[in-house]
Amino acid sequence: MTLAQAPHGFLSPTGVEIAFLLVGLVTFGAALVTVTTRQLVHAALWLVVTLGGLAVEYLLLTAEFIAWVQVLIYVGSVVVLLLFGLMLTKAPIGRSPDADSGNRWAALTVAVAAAAALVWVVVDAFRATWIDLDGPAAGSTEATGASLFQNWVLPFEALSVLLLAALVGAIVLSRRAKAESSSPPMNSRAATKSSRTVTESSLPVPDSRENPAEQEGTR
Amino acid sequence: MHLAYPAVLSALLFCTGLYGVLARRNAILVLMSVELMLNAVNLNLVAFDVWLSRTAEDTLHSGQALTLFTIAIAAAEIGIGLAIVLAVHRNRGTADIDRLRDTAEGHESPAADGPDSDTPATGTAAEKAEASA
Repeated sequence: MTLAQAPHGFLSPTGVEIAFLLVGLVTFGAALVTVTTRQLVHAALWLVVTLGGLAVEYLLLTAEFIAWVQVLIYVGSVVVLLLFGLMLTKAPIGRSPDADSGNRWAALTVAVAAAAALVWVVVDAFRATWIDLDGPAAGSTEATGASLFQNWVLPFEALSVLLLAALVGAIVLSRRAKAESSSPPMNSRAATKSSRTVTESSLPVPDSRENPAEQEGTR
Repeated sequence: MHLAYPAVLSALLFCTGLYGVLARRNAILVLMSVELMLNAVNLNLVAFDVWLSRTAEDTLHSGQALTLFTIAIAAAEIGIGLAIVLAVHRNRGTADIDRLRDTAEGHESPAADGPDSDTPATGTAAEKAEASA
């Protein structure tokens, strides 16, 4: 914590640091590909590499329970959900030229400026700080479970209620509203629903979009 | 391990996610970038928890508990977010967030027909036709 911690050398990294650096480079590179690739499915697959790399970083930081939770929840379920979302919104397979919006240069400027400021501040603040990774693991399942169920029981239970609410909310949102006419319209598109029946007879094109959506709703 | 390694990696991942949120057009890609930002926060929490558990004799393990809570909330967020994106796609036929300009000010393009519900049916039909094309 102070400058007097002599046995650490800044220019002689340990094996854990080298491993952390290499995995970190892979993780950061995969994250960059995730936000820049033009193929939407490839972005989800590179996100798997990023999240898996982060799980390895957690293991290197001796937080094994968090690492396995990361693998189970993020790689196992969140990416699968994202792939399902890409599939259901009929994302184009292959290269889509309009994956990036027009303000990508402004976004790049903001991101590079934020990265420069954050890295500068963080390196300057923790220049002489070392993590002691020896001894018993700080994030073993025993330590995590004991602290979670001794000190964090109430937030844990509140979190289960939140998950239930999120589940119910997702079901309500994704279910096709049966009583669309009785409930007040949510947006202007629903308000023109009465006029859609007129236009569908004259235009054959909206049918091709409407039919798969109804199949999703009845599933 | 030097604390700067996880801190710098976390900052870089966060800014990568920031770029993705600002630059992407597809709503699901924006959700992926949000996941990147949340993961950067998780890495920070874990690294500082491991540091404080030795340096400050912290037995509360608040960083790891908060990481678990963040992961659970991120899972809930991605579920709700995907449900909203699917509902928007079902109503509009597109998931491009650049084209969802109904509440924007000063963008009175003919495709964005605002909150007025008495839009002529030909306008909406033309928009749906180009959305499904």
